[in-house]
Amino acid sequence: MADHFELRCKECGKTWGNAPRSFCEECFSPLEVSFDYTSIQQKVRREDIASRPFNMWRYSEFLPLPEGFAPPNATGGTPLVAVRKLAKRLGVKELHVKNDAVCFPSLSFKDRVVATALAAARRFGFDTVGCSSTGNLANAVAAQATQQGFDACVFIPADLEPAKILNTAVYGARIVRINGNYDHVNRLCAQIADRFQWGLVNVNLRPYYSEGSKTHGFEIAEQLGWRLPDNVVVPMAGGSLIGKISKAFRELVELGWVEAKPVKFFGAQATGCSPISTAVKRGLARFEPQKPNTIARSLAIGNPADGNYAAKQILQSGGWAEDVSDPEIVDAIKLLAETEGVFTETAGGVTVGVAQKLIREGRIGTNETTVLSITGNGLKTTDAIASEFPLTEAIAPKLEAFEAYLDGQLTAASAIAGAK
Amino acid sequence: MSVTIEIPTAFRRFTDGAPKVDCSATTIAAALNELTTRFPDLSKHVRDESGQIRQFLNVYLNEEDIRFLGGEACCLKEGDRVLLVPSIAGGCR
Repeated sequence: MADHFELRCKECGKTWGNAPRSFCEECFSPLEVSFDYTSIQQKVRREDIASRPFNMWRYSEFLPLPEGFAPPNATGGTPLVAVRKLAKRLGVKELHVKNDAVCFPSLSFKDRVVATALAAARRFGFDTVGCSSTGNLANAVAAQATQQGFDACVFIPADLEPAKILNTAVYGARIVRINGNYDHVNRLCAQIADRFQWGLVNVNLRPYYSEGSKTHGFEIAEQLGWRLPDNVVVPMAGGSLIGKISKAFRELVELGWVEAKPVKFFGAQATGCSPISTAVKRGLARFEPQKPNTIARSLAIGNPADGNYAAKQILQSGGWAEDVSDPEIVDAIKLLAETEGVFTETAGGVTVGVAQKLIREGRIGTNETTVLSITGNGLKTTDAIASEFPLTEAIAPKLEAFEAYLDGQLTAASAIAGAK
Repeated sequence: MSVTIEIPTAFRRFTDGAPKVDCSATTIAAALNELTTRFPDLSKHVRDESGQIRQFLNVYLNEEDIRFLGGEACCLKEGDRVLLVPSIAGGCR
């Protein structure tokens, strides 16, 4: 049976069938997977979805998977958490966190995009897969590649957080550390893909890779009871995720699975790497690249591949973009953890911090339904918050020692309360 | 003075298969102009109608994105390598 999807140029519309290519050979603009929605309509109904296991593969017909594809792993299917305490603190009525910090297997939303990329890699006959990465993608590629029998070679900036390097090395992937920032690594990977014909998931498999992100959006809609939120706040690195959440919502509307309504998209970046949020705020037709300087390393892409598309989409939706400083990121990580027991990495701190800013600025309505995309787990970036939690003095293993300790704590607490 | 322009696989059909092209330009702008004069079919893939470098073409000078080096006006010296990479990023001034 023929595929119900193919590669199509985002600029000139020329189609390219299905192949490991990411740009149009006519005009050299990016390619995207384009679907035949009539065909999807015939293959699956909304009622069929409910009986499937709750993971990303329940939306298989919407993904560029080869005929007869058998999912190797239960990826995605993460919680949508109603964060009532955080909502109250921020002064909004309804707030949800889409918690990809607990995505299987490697604890970030990148597991979704790697899953679809490797399906394509298998189809196209690659033995070796890899990526350029700020960390999470390398983790996901390493974990899924080894499980599925691919060799993996990942390329990272040499000064990436130790936890992220370890979280990739443990799976046995070859790690190549590059003396440069992510943008240097990414450019090198474009050259490597050109020369070595490996399946680099975010280079020559990029169109197939990026479609996996739609499942983050499908799940949000389904978990809200097959309805769309009013606002979504999404962290932006390369700028792909925000576009694919939007595509997911459009596809559900196209099929009549959710009621059409305007959804405002809000992009979140760190001030130390804010090419897209700056483009939105200044109304630039093309973003200006930056040299990243932020603790939010997973968002430290100064030359975002989908930056202009993201900015355009944000403005067309009536949304906005903001960015937050490194101290604000740390405060936001703590805020989410302390109110809701969700521990996110620096990118999640960016999202929460920006949401807070947008609510304060009146750009996010307090009576609306807002979803925050939390994309990675806090265990990956503990370095960023370690100094906030110095070790306390240890006590002797005696009851009297604890009683004295407790006395001291209560005295200090009432002194603080009295001073307020 | 000799400067090398490295041609990605996707563009080699416009350069008669040549992976590298030598030129004697003193700026990036002049190097690109020399390239497109010599290989006119490459022209519309390097510059758009307004004469700017096309949005989806990235240009590097010795591994650094030219947008950080002052753009096309950036000067070249003997032995410099200019690298063209299509569509890894969505913007080029």
